[in-house]
Amino acid sequence: MNKVTPRLSEGARRDLSLGALALGMCAAVTFAFPGFASPANLAGLLDDTALLIMLALGQMLVILVRGIDLSIAANLALCGMLAALFNRALPDAGVLPVLVLSLASGAMLGALNGLLVWKLALPPIVVTLGTMSVYRGVIYLLSRGAWVNENEMTRAFLGFTRATFLGLSTLSWLALGFAAAFIFGLRRLRMARGLYAAGGNPEAAAYAGIDTGRMQFIAYTVCGAIAGLCGYLWVARFAVAYTDIALGFELQVIAACLIGGVAIAGGKGSALGVVIGCLFIGIIRSSLPLVGISAFWQMFINGVVILLAVLLSARSRVHNRAILEVPRA
Amino acid sequence: MKVSPLLRWETMLAVVVVLEFVLFSNISPYFLSVDTLSDASFNFTERALVALPLALLIIAGEIDISVAAIIALASVAMGLGAAHGVGTPGLVLLGLGTGLAAGMINGALVTVGRVPSIVATIGTMTLFRGAAYAVLGDRVLKDYPASFAAFGQGYFAGPVSNELVLFAVFAVLFAVFLHRTRWGRSIYAIGANPVASRFAGVAVNRYRFALFALTGLFSGLAAVLLTSRLGSTRPSIAQGWELEIISIVILGGVSVWGGKGSIPGVVLAALVFGLVTFGLGLMNIPGIVMSIFIGLLLILVVAVPALLNRR
Repeated sequence: MNKVTPRLSEGARRDLSLGALALGMCAAVTFAFPGFASPANLAGLLDDTALLIMLALGQMLVILVRGIDLSIAANLALCGMLAALFNRALPDAGVLPVLVLSLASGAMLGALNGLLVWKLALPPIVVTLGTMSVYRGVIYLLSRGAWVNENEMTRAFLGFTRATFLGLSTLSWLALGFAAAFIFGLRRLRMARGLYAAGGNPEAAAYAGIDTGRMQFIAYTVCGAIAGLCGYLWVARFAVAYTDIALGFELQVIAACLIGGVAIAGGKGSALGVVIGCLFIGIIRSSLPLVGISAFWQMFINGVVILLAVLLSARSRVHNRAILEVPRA
Repeated sequence: MKVSPLLRWETMLAVVVVLEFVLFSNISPYFLSVDTLSDASFNFTERALVALPLALLIIAGEIDISVAAIIALASVAMGLGAAHGVGTPGLVLLGLGTGLAAGMINGALVTVGRVPSIVATIGTMTLFRGAAYAVLGDRVLKDYPASFAAFGQGYFAGPVSNELVLFAVFAVLFAVFLHRTRWGRSIYAIGANPVASRFAGVAVNRYRFALFALTGLFSGLAAVLLTSRLGSTRPSIAQGWELEIISIVILGGVSVWGGKGSIPGVVLAALVFGLVTFGLGLMNIPGIVMSIFIGLLLILVVAVPALLNRR
């Protein structure tokens, strides 16, 4: 336990400074554009960032155990398409079966990644690169390349994400719920300690009786389930399902984790940091148009932020990992 | 004993190439004509050219995800140059120079900044692609001089394209470099064990930097060929190519764990890849469905040896 204490405080310091930076940015933008800090605008910002927060929390688990899930956006798109097709076929079924379907299908796709990484000890980057292509292709086969449009979706299906409660959308509440569950769960649950141990030092974890492969499997499955759920939410929010939904979004999700202080080498990172990292991206995204910078600059600025974040965090760390993962003994 | 599994791997790829030939020529009567095959070569030459240095980089235990974004950035640089009246030689230099500079940024981040390469290149990928979008917005640049078209559209002799000849020449050069020189052996050593290599007197970081720069330079070269072939530049040019290029390298038997792989394997994999995409295209199978085959192929390629090793 001795070794864990300073590491946590280092992480806490990081979270704090990132949070202060985000608040500072908010203050600066508000100073120039007083409308920015209005409750309605902030609620909109949270609504815009909610999907990123949920996905980044899932991805964080995978990175914690020295993996990476490049298929997360393809998984989301496939489950979103499934949800849309289900809704079109059985419009009277309501939202609950859609939620169950998207969670279950996402968990299955994630579990497939997890099994390949666990049972065959394949490199995560190759596995998820492969499943990413496969999942995208399957969406096309399922939908025959056609779109599912708003007029083919039921009101209940669309309304679930848009309903507001106490001024915040369902989407925002879900993101807050996930954030709270992860912040609490990663501190308190025994399973969480297994995840950190498996990622931080697999050999030591094995001696302590923790099955690293199993932890990887769990992380991929949970990440997949979240991606699946987000698939439905994404489709309902933007009211359209097509093959290229969320194309390239996996990198934004990974970027949010990195900005949030999750170590790509595994074993380090906090849920609070990830949430702040996502909000950080959200604040940049929503203040760019206010400052008069075109949307085309957003990707460039994201790139600068990622590089700054990783350069700063690289100073304090020793890397002993080649590309991703050395084969387990 | 050490060489035989590698050899078996390349034999397997060669068998796949032959099978593809037999299969596709049976399926489509148009497949086995010289013109069709010459057309097919454009399907992979640009990507395969980037796969060569990337294979070296991955053998050395690093990775570069930003290659496609570098292609886009170099293409934008050339487009802007062309719009300002730069001639063909200047455009080529501009493309290669932009690629080299981008590769050196990656190299510096990894060696000086000590950022893991996957993270650094996810960052620079966003940065380079973002710069392409920031500069171009939704514009298209296409004021290229007529002589510029020779690189991507010209033929060396008969149906053999300039691109194909360029790829063949560089494949041989890379093979000799990796398999016959001291530098090549050092690259394997670095990938197998960077710490031990450093103790053995290999300037590990200098190699890493050079390999990133080389990969950037070849991405610049691919940008010259692609831009010349298309005759236009959009910020979305070469979107998704990083995954296809990495797929070629891994399909070629290069281990993402570093220290393993060969250039003949990568060349064969590029052929397999080019023939699959072209053959499926002949059968009117859309690109997105091909991605299922490519994804499955990628997983199978790493899963089969793993399954065999378990026994």
